[in-house]
Amino acid sequence: MMSLLEIRGLSVALPLPSGALHAVRDVDLTLDRGQSIGIVGESGSGKSMTALALMRLLPRGARSTASRLEFDGIDLGALEDSAFAREIAGPRIGMIFQEPMTSLNPVYTIGRQMTEAAVSRGLLSTSVARKKALHLLDRVGIPDPQMRLGQFPHQMSGGQRQRVMIAMTLMLDPELLIADEPTTALDVTVQAQILDLLDDLRRERDMALILISHDLAVVAERTDTVAVMYGGEMIEWGIADDVLHAPAHPYTQALLHAIPQVGATPSRLAAIPGTVPSLMRAPKGCVFAPRCEHRREDCVASRPPLRAGMRDHAWRCMLKAPPQTSREMEPLHGHGAAEDADIVLAARDITQVFTTRKALFAPKRDITALKGVSLELHRGETLALIGESGSGKSTLARILLGLAQPTSGKVTMLGRPIVELSPIERASFVQPVFQDPYSSLNPRRRLSEIIARPLWLRGDRNAATRDAAVAEAMDLVRLPKRLLHAFPSQLSGGQRQRVAIARALVTRPRALVCDEPTSALDVSVQAQILNLIDDLRAGMGLTCLIITHDMAVVHQVADRVAVMLEGRIVEEGPARRVLTAPESDYTRRLVAAAPRFEANFLQPEVAQ
Amino acid sequence: MLRYIAMRGLLAVLVAFTVSLATFFLLNVATDPAQAIAGEDAPPEVVESIRTRYGLDRPLPVRYADWLGGVVTGDFGESYYWHKPVAALVADRADKTITLALSALAVTILIAIPLGALAALNPNSWIDRFALGVAVSAQAVPNFWLGLIVIILFAVTIPIFPVSGDDSWRHYVLPAFVLGASSVPAVMRLTRTGLIEVMSADYIRTARAKGFRGWQLLRRHALRNALLPVISVLAVQLGQKFGGSVITESIFAINGLGRLALESILGADIPTVQMLIFVFAIVFVAMNLLADILNAALDPRIRIG
Repeated sequence: MMSLLEIRGLSVALPLPSGALHAVRDVDLTLDRGQSIGIVGESGSGKSMTALALMRLLPRGARSTASRLEFDGIDLGALEDSAFAREIAGPRIGMIFQEPMTSLNPVYTIGRQMTEAAVSRGLLSTSVARKKALHLLDRVGIPDPQMRLGQFPHQMSGGQRQRVMIAMTLMLDPELLIADEPTTALDVTVQAQILDLLDDLRRERDMALILISHDLAVVAERTDTVAVMYGGEMIEWGIADDVLHAPAHPYTQALLHAIPQVGATPSRLAAIPGTVPSLMRAPKGCVFAPRCEHRREDCVASRPPLRAGMRDHAWRCMLKAPPQTSREMEPLHGHGAAEDADIVLAARDITQVFTTRKALFAPKRDITALKGVSLELHRGETLALIGESGSGKSTLARILLGLAQPTSGKVTMLGRPIVELSPIERASFVQPVFQDPYSSLNPRRRLSEIIARPLWLRGDRNAATRDAAVAEAMDLVRLPKRLLHAFPSQLSGGQRQRVAIARALVTRPRALVCDEPTSALDVSVQAQILNLIDDLRAGMGLTCLIITHDMAVVHQVADRVAVMLEGRIVEEGPARRVLTAPESDYTRRLVAAAPRFEANFLQPEVAQ
Repeated sequence: MLRYIAMRGLLAVLVAFTVSLATFFLLNVATDPAQAIAGEDAPPEVVESIRTRYGLDRPLPVRYADWLGGVVTGDFGESYYWHKPVAALVADRADKTITLALSALAVTILIAIPLGALAALNPNSWIDRFALGVAVSAQAVPNFWLGLIVIILFAVTIPIFPVSGDDSWRHYVLPAFVLGASSVPAVMRLTRTGLIEVMSADYIRTARAKGFRGWQLLRRHALRNALLPVISVLAVQLGQKFGGSVITESIFAINGLGRLALESILGADIPTVQMLIFVFAIVFVAMNLLADILNAALDPRIRIG
């Protein structure tokens, strides 16, 4: 049987001022009709570039070459761009993207955007196209499709927009759908619904699906085969079960160990040292060698050969047989609050009402972001605050930090009302760590200045004691001394988040408030930061409030959990109990929707 | 949408009222109108008689109320210099300035938008550099100088167009070009950056994934988004064309509002100056209102909040 899609030797090079970046190297991929494949990798692995190259959507100047690029027997390489745009992009291969909020044109109606591709090609008349659009919107679960057709994207939520995107690509009945991180920007409960929808549609229409994700758990549940990419190369692929439960490549193994697992007893994560490389020069040997714990001399000398396992399982590695790894279950170092620990930070009956008006003369409208929320943070414990976007988590965090005044209610720090504290006192009491380390650090300051800043603001004018405190904080977060005078732009994402934590810790605050501290980071780097938080809990009895939407993170670091919904705390309790036996309906839905998979490794069978 | 227009309209009226208040008081406080009419060397008793004759001895607020009442009924008073109703004077000459301003705007649009779009679609190419060169030179060259140069080139050396006057369409070609050129840099740059930003937007990638390329992509998905900010700037530029007509009309001897303004300022013809400033301001306010309405019509995010 002829494959629907066959790619051999695909390479993509991006021209940069400093030379060509080899984003994708020598990638092979085969996909049959109705089959689904998950492409997994961390940022910079080349997974999205592979799809964009196939769709001819690469950024300007990028070059892609392939020894073979066939779709349903058509040689795509030989196709003119105009012919590709008319006959392939849309009618035969559809694609949806990560950002549903911005992927639809804000100035045209949903109806127009859905029908235009079919109508402009002359495939359907306007009225038939509208009927089809109505039917498809209904199929993807948009209520009242008739009304929606006349609406604009900004009138819909992110999840709805992603449904519209899916319906829009289905208008032309493609035989292959590429979904590039389709749920990364969405809430967990919505995420699960969209992924299920994609899977149902694929079966219904016998459509092939390429699901690209940085999240192994997302792919694990839903695709027939999985390909793992690293540093622009495909390093392992095979049937999903084989790759995920009997990984053969050291990188795949390490990546699986780095994921916190909901369900098991929380234990130290096996973080992969170092960071994901960006390849300016094609390495001679194995791309993963610099971070591989099984590295041998010949690993850097030449490209590893292809090893084959059972059932099309294949990987590129110097080792003849996959390394035998059993996960050492090292227990977490940190421990929760002592029985009689005092309350470091408390919020009592916090209500926050925002008053807005749409226009100068429009009537005022009240939006209640928090409705009588009470919360206590004991010394030495980590409390996770979970909930979907818009539930009021971040508003509460701002109030706890003293950055916003609640409409009513009281925040106390060790019993003292926060309003009585000066900003300086407040800042040395509780410090924030933000989600995005790429934008939360001043790019014009050196690390030494960034970390010392809170001390300086506090009035510490003695340079020697400041330097000592900075050195100590950098030690705490395991940042090497040589980075002292580096700028944030010279650091990786994980290092930047360490800087943010060091900056927060330098005044020795009683508590940290971390808003999604790892959600901008890759899995292997997230593991490093989660381990660091565990170390800080053990080493200095860190008291911490972590805001997150990620159940796995909650499971990994939290002692207690508070679940927020629409400005209220709907459930609160010990982390283990809430995750295993949630009491409220909402928590139950959140926990059920979280993608999960258990990495109980089998040893891969090796074909002799 | 109607509500939105009504709100914007109300705001515009408030702005116009404020402008009238400011111009009236500034003109009447900064100069002594009676002295200005009488001339610098006039004896005090002449000045006083003029003051009583024109009612300039009344308190300022009373005179303002009187003037505003006239404005509402279309009566802007009588010109001290021409001894005709100012409104008739202005109406008589308005068509020439409107012709000049609109054709100058047309020149701006025809040069700036295609050039900006071409530059945006081929960033860092020779056409982008050429467009940048045009923008820099148009910005650096003063209006009156450019006027003289085009007269020497296209009216004297190669006599295709008349040197000055306002009798036929051919008389407007050179002044419209000169007046239009001054707005090219701002509009072109905005078109370029706007389009570059739009072309890298996620929804353009979506449209490309649906198989739209080239002109279709531009027309269906990019242009409307890219031109939204340009519309606002064009409105301001059109307002400036009216103000800018003072110099251009003088160079090309076009008998429009710009010349009238110049003459009445030199002749201390306060009622005329007052009305012209008011009219220019109203044009500004009206153009901004029009731009707001156009933006709302083109962008549903403004229309449907």
